[in-house]
Amino acid sequence: MRKCMERLINGLVKENPTFVLMLGMCPTLAVTTSAINGIGMGLATTVVLVLSNIMISVLRKVIPDGVRIPAFIVVIASFVTIVELLLKAYIPSLYAALGLYIPLIVVNCIILGRAESYASKNGVVYSAFDGLGMGLGFTFGLTCIGMVRELIGAGSLFDIMIMPESYEPVTIFILAPGAFLVLAFLVAIMNRIKLAKGKDTGVGGNCDDLCRNCPNTNCGGRGIAGKE
Amino acid sequence: MSENVKVSASPHVRSNMSTSRIMFFVIIALLPATLYGIYQFGFNSALLVAVCVAVCVISELVYEKLMRAPVTIGDLSAVVTGLLLALNLPPNATWWMAVIGSVFAIIVVKMLFGGIGQNFMNPALAARCFLVISFTARMNNFVYDGVTKATPLASIREGNPVDLLDMFIGRIPGTIGEVSTVALLAGAVFLIITGVIDFRIPCAYLVSFVLFMGLFSQSGWSIPYLVAQVCGGGLILGAFFMATDYVTSPITKTGRVIFGVCCGLLTGMFRVFSSSPEGVSYAIIISNLLVPLIERITVPKCFGKGGEN
Repeated sequence: MRKCMERLINGLVKENPTFVLMLGMCPTLAVTTSAINGIGMGLATTVVLVLSNIMISVLRKVIPDGVRIPAFIVVIASFVTIVELLLKAYIPSLYAALGLYIPLIVVNCIILGRAESYASKNGVVYSAFDGLGMGLGFTFGLTCIGMVRELIGAGSLFDIMIMPESYEPVTIFILAPGAFLVLAFLVAIMNRIKLAKGKDTGVGGNCDDLCRNCPNTNCGGRGIAGKE
Repeated sequence: MSENVKVSASPHVRSNMSTSRIMFFVIIALLPATLYGIYQFGFNSALLVAVCVAVCVISELVYEKLMRAPVTIGDLSAVVTGLLLALNLPPNATWWMAVIGSVFAIIVVKMLFGGIGQNFMNPALAARCFLVISFTARMNNFVYDGVTKATPLASIREGNPVDLLDMFIGRIPGTIGEVSTVALLAGAVFLIITGVIDFRIPCAYLVSFVLFMGLFSQSGWSIPYLVAQVCGGGLILGAFFMATDYVTSPITKTGRVIFGVCCGLLTGMFRVFSSSPEGVSYAIIISNLLVPLIERITVPKCFGKGGEN
């Protein structure tokens, strides 16, 4: 159970796909024009991620190593099709808003990345929690970006007008350049928070992480020299 | 004999040109256009100029204080950025648009990329484009004599005649600084004579632009049309004062000509083929992005490496 929780936290915070791993940038930048779109895209991806992680983990001893990537893609594409048809049937408004980006979940590198690096090497339960953590982390990232963009670019939040009448929306934030700006600022803020936290242990302290996951760039690898 | 020969380390050629001096010259050169704009459009344009300059300087100061970096507002570059941004605003823009634009120019475009000398595109123009995209209606609302009018560029696009003398003097609607061609040219001549700007960029810009318009616009080689296109919109302001920004233009002479031609062709393309009658600001910032590539192909050969074997 502890490892399941660790997988959840890992996806949400330590290896957050949006703010740390920088994976799945295409939907991150393209569909986050509003908070609702961000949540919708994030949850759709989460469902696919959990199901494909489970399926690939179950099949990991059956799939031959040489053709594993095509096999993963077939599994992922099947689940994406299911999600797409369900969305079309039950939430047509969200389906219309997300449009092409629903089928494009197939090529989202988070999903293939987790299948390749985790689900194909680990048990079913852990893989499911890994997918859930990563998916929720992705949802969290997209919702944050969507909220900021919607608030500044349209003056509303989850389609509810919250800015005063006199507020004039800065339209650029719901256009493409705004996505890059908001993503960059949020990543900078996240890194700042992490950096502040990292200082508690001090440079060269007893960190037990791999350097590539560590936000502390001042350390220069001295902290765990010879460990990796 | 020996007291006449003094051996010292390089540099041997000294110049009293410094960043703050260059920026001061640019401010002087912009004064005629600024004063004319304020005289013509009234109090609100003076307010916009003051707000832009003040907010630019304060943003730079606050950012550098927060980052505990050396304070560089003394070099006047923030003043120039603020002044150029104000000259690119329509006279009835609101003060909060000036504040947003100035903060964006200094914090996002200039300081986040490393401060003076490091910005990848002209901060004032980037801020203008930011405002145009965000507040399209307000940024394209040009009031002249109390009435909202079409700019000369929009008029000739519709096929209406324009008064060339009015365009030359500046009795036309437009942004605060772009209207008076003669005031801008006075400043430009001052900058070229004092050696602050290189004539290659504006010349290449204007020549390639005129050639492009002659070849591709529907009016062809009609002289009044071409003169109106050169005097109208932000072309003169852009070519002499913004395309020549040291940070965002190439270093070599060939590179500067190529850069000017890029600006000219893009401006012509935007004015002829896009949905908007004006395109100087987009043309210059896109050319700014091409500068690293231009620099790469115009690196001079090392001594001894060129020529035939």
